[in-house]
Amino acid sequence: MGINNTPEIPADFPGKVIPGGNGANILVTSLDEIINWGRANSLWSLYFGTSCCAIEMMQTGAARHDYSRFGFEVARPSPRQADLIIIAGTIVNKMAPVLRRLYDQMAEPKYVIAMGACAISGGPFYYNSYSVVKGADHVIPVDVYVPGCPPRPEALLEGMLMLQAKIKTESMKTKVFPIDGFDEGL
Amino acid sequence: MTNEALQNLISTWIPELEFTEEKSQFLNITVQPEQLHQLMTQLKSNSETNFDYLFCLSGVDWGAALGVVYHLESTAHRHQLVVKVKTEDRENPTFDSVWTIWRTAEFHEREVFDFFGIQFTNHPNLKRLFLTEDWDGFPLRKDYVDEINMIIK
Repeated sequence: MGINNTPEIPADFPGKVIPGGNGANILVTSLDEIINWGRANSLWSLYFGTSCCAIEMMQTGAARHDYSRFGFEVARPSPRQADLIIIAGTIVNKMAPVLRRLYDQMAEPKYVIAMGACAISGGPFYYNSYSVVKGADHVIPVDVYVPGCPPRPEALLEGMLMLQAKIKTESMKTKVFPIDGFDEGL
Repeated sequence: MTNEALQNLISTWIPELEFTEEKSQFLNITVQPEQLHQLMTQLKSNSETNFDYLFCLSGVDWGAALGVVYHLESTAHRHQLVVKVKTEDRENPTFDSVWTIWRTAEFHEREVFDFFGIQFTNHPNLKRLFLTEDWDGFPLRKDYVDEINMIIK
């Protein structure tokens, strides 16, 4: 019983905790670091899946792989409440404006993972297809590309962890609106 | 009814029908466009054949000819049949609609019109289904050209 004066600090906590006695501690860090730490570990993804990659994404969220271990706890049905969109599947010309609108509706900061061959380049539909967008990065800017057809859950998890690592390097001073200077490459 | 019995029965209705098996489980009938509606009506209404279920309707571009393939089943007799109809006219391919016989054909024929440009006479609402209204051309035809979106291998 009693107050535990030994603070339990997560291994990746960006800063120093100085025990101040009486259970009150002093925390020394920079705003950038602690905000990025919070953002990286509480990414809420949008329910968005256009084909078979979405099945693999569900598996990544299910019990065996369970992306909530890394803070992707809450998937949101509304883009206004989501930080991350995982493009899980083929984007066709008819879907492209919808994807762009969903992205525009997301609040900043927002991040994009292109999951699988279709989202990266059009994949198996690259040749001889009148309907498929040859890469979702013609529509919205992409942060992390996860190759595979579809990628295994481990690969998607690796991509998500890479996104976390990317977020941890950001700075409020240099952060730009991701759509600024975005080249659709058309 | 077996495929053989089906062939013996149906060949007495219309003399010009062409029967093939094509190494499949189905008996295939190739019918002239003018006789399509008559044959289909009879296949549905005859109590021995009683094909009350159109389980697949597909458009096909064979290169020279355009056509439609109908897969039929009888839920009472549990037998199946394939009917094919073709035309060499690529400018204005037209067949009779079968939507009054099987209601499901209404949407399937719209899809075939959308992708192959095949017209169906007496269809109640023949317009684009998947593609946008202002789409130019019919993308599942072999000779379709789209220089902007298609990368040809």
